[in-house]
Amino acid sequence: MEGLKEFDLAKTSLREVNRYLHRDAVGAGVKRVKILNADGAHSIAAGVNAPLEVDIDGHAGYYAGGMNMHAHITVHGNAGPGVGENMMSGTIRVEGFASTAAGASAHGGTLVVLGDAALRCGISLKGGDIVVGGSVGSFSAFMAQAGRIVICGDAGDALGDSLYEAVIYVRGKVRSLGADARFEPMTDTDYAAVRELLGRAGLSHDPQSFQRVASAKSLYHWNSDANQEY
Amino acid sequence: MCGIVGLLLKKPALREQLGELMTPMLIGMTSRGPDSAGVAIFGNAVAGSHKLSLFWGEGIADWKRLATGLSAEFAGEHRLAHRSKEGGQHAVLTTPANPEEVKTWLGKAAPDIYVLSMGRSIDLYKDIGAPAEIVGRYALNKVTGTHVVAHTRMATESAVTPAHAHPFTAGQDFCLVHNGSLSNPHLVRKKLEPLGIRFVTDNDTEAACRFFEWRMREGDDLTTAVHRGFSELDGFFTFLMGTDKELLIVRDAFACKPAVVAETDDYVAIASEFRSLAHLPGVRHATVFEPKPEEVYSWKA
Repeated sequence: MEGLKEFDLAKTSLREVNRYLHRDAVGAGVKRVKILNADGAHSIAAGVNAPLEVDIDGHAGYYAGGMNMHAHITVHGNAGPGVGENMMSGTIRVEGFASTAAGASAHGGTLVVLGDAALRCGISLKGGDIVVGGSVGSFSAFMAQAGRIVICGDAGDALGDSLYEAVIYVRGKVRSLGADARFEPMTDTDYAAVRELLGRAGLSHDPQSFQRVASAKSLYHWNSDANQEY
Repeated sequence: MCGIVGLLLKKPALREQLGELMTPMLIGMTSRGPDSAGVAIFGNAVAGSHKLSLFWGEGIADWKRLATGLSAEFAGEHRLAHRSKEGGQHAVLTTPANPEEVKTWLGKAAPDIYVLSMGRSIDLYKDIGAPAEIVGRYALNKVTGTHVVAHTRMATESAVTPAHAHPFTAGQDFCLVHNGSLSNPHLVRKKLEPLGIRFVTDNDTEAACRFFEWRMREGDDLTTAVHRGFSELDGFFTFLMGTDKELLIVRDAFACKPAVVAETDDYVAIASEFRSLAHLPGVRHATVFEPKPEEVYSWKA
């Protein structure tokens, strides 16, 4: 296919592949890059800064698509810890499960995980959107500052602990909320947001089945009477 | 950081290839643990006798002198087998004598020898150096058996010596490897030492290993012992454990230390990361998952 470049990580070093994605792909007029035999390598397609379509065949290791700008990356398998960490824009789609800290600190873009995401999903989220088709582990959205997380399954303990302005939409059971996180009524804006985010992920759940979790903002100001207990 | 590796072969025909399948798994974890490595091998049980894996720490290993001493002290035939070259520091002693008595005797007659493991099934090799060097030193790519528990170490809290390398053992046919760090190993030790339990290193993992073995001697099965450990052991851990009968993995509540399991009809393979499993036959069609926090996963050998 024209505009398609294929790499096999069993034959080519990851550094060479990433260098191609960073420097050479755009000049070569390539639109799609396919990476075969991911075999758990770290930092596959990290730091891409161009609107490329990147297909990763197999399971990715740590930090797949980290710091992504503009690219549309699909992992046709599972992703290791920190997939899409610090993403700025573009999309990352994981067809299997994601390990810990998926989308950590992402400033923009959309991370879709069709399976489960492990603990600390969306930790310190700074503006990106995350849609998880399955469930998320404990401490997800910890200190998330901006952006949205849609959880189609259940959430573990301490969901949204010390949240700032990020908003969580959760469809299943929440084992426990973290400090200062609370359920809030869904508004029309929330239903529209959930519908739009599910649409981006290609999921068809009823937005009416989601609950909103956001910050009660009681931690925003120091309270000396609280004795450090919240 | 450390790497953990476990492999249990369900299909008997694969047991001849245990070392061959395990070696790339171990070497794959080199970047997580480049300073030492160790492998416990189960499944070559000796009937009517016991095996002790021995490491001659200081000085020049004089296995002939040891053999003579053993024959003078204990009745029956003793066998010393070496996977390393003649004159190496490691031997597996097969003895008809009571293994505890042999161990006590070794402490006096050959104090430079460190007993790595004891039991009917377990053989243990651990040493300092990169995993590939250790595999080469002991020809671990050629071992056979039912299952292995292995580790690559990047020391963070105690010295780099063969004794501080993992797996740790306690009692018989039991070993444990650890990725993580415990914050209360000294408290655990203080609790166990008055019960007559002796420690050989200042390593945090040894405390966990001796704790679980003590619980099993008190009547717990390993899974129950692990559940008790949740309230006794404080810190970060992915523990992988082996007995002659099972392979078990558990992660702490925070699951900071990774683990991936790939299971097929033929095997259960475990590593800190998938890249150590990627070479295994049929892994593309394996059930791949990460152990959930504080959930105990175990497979019978």
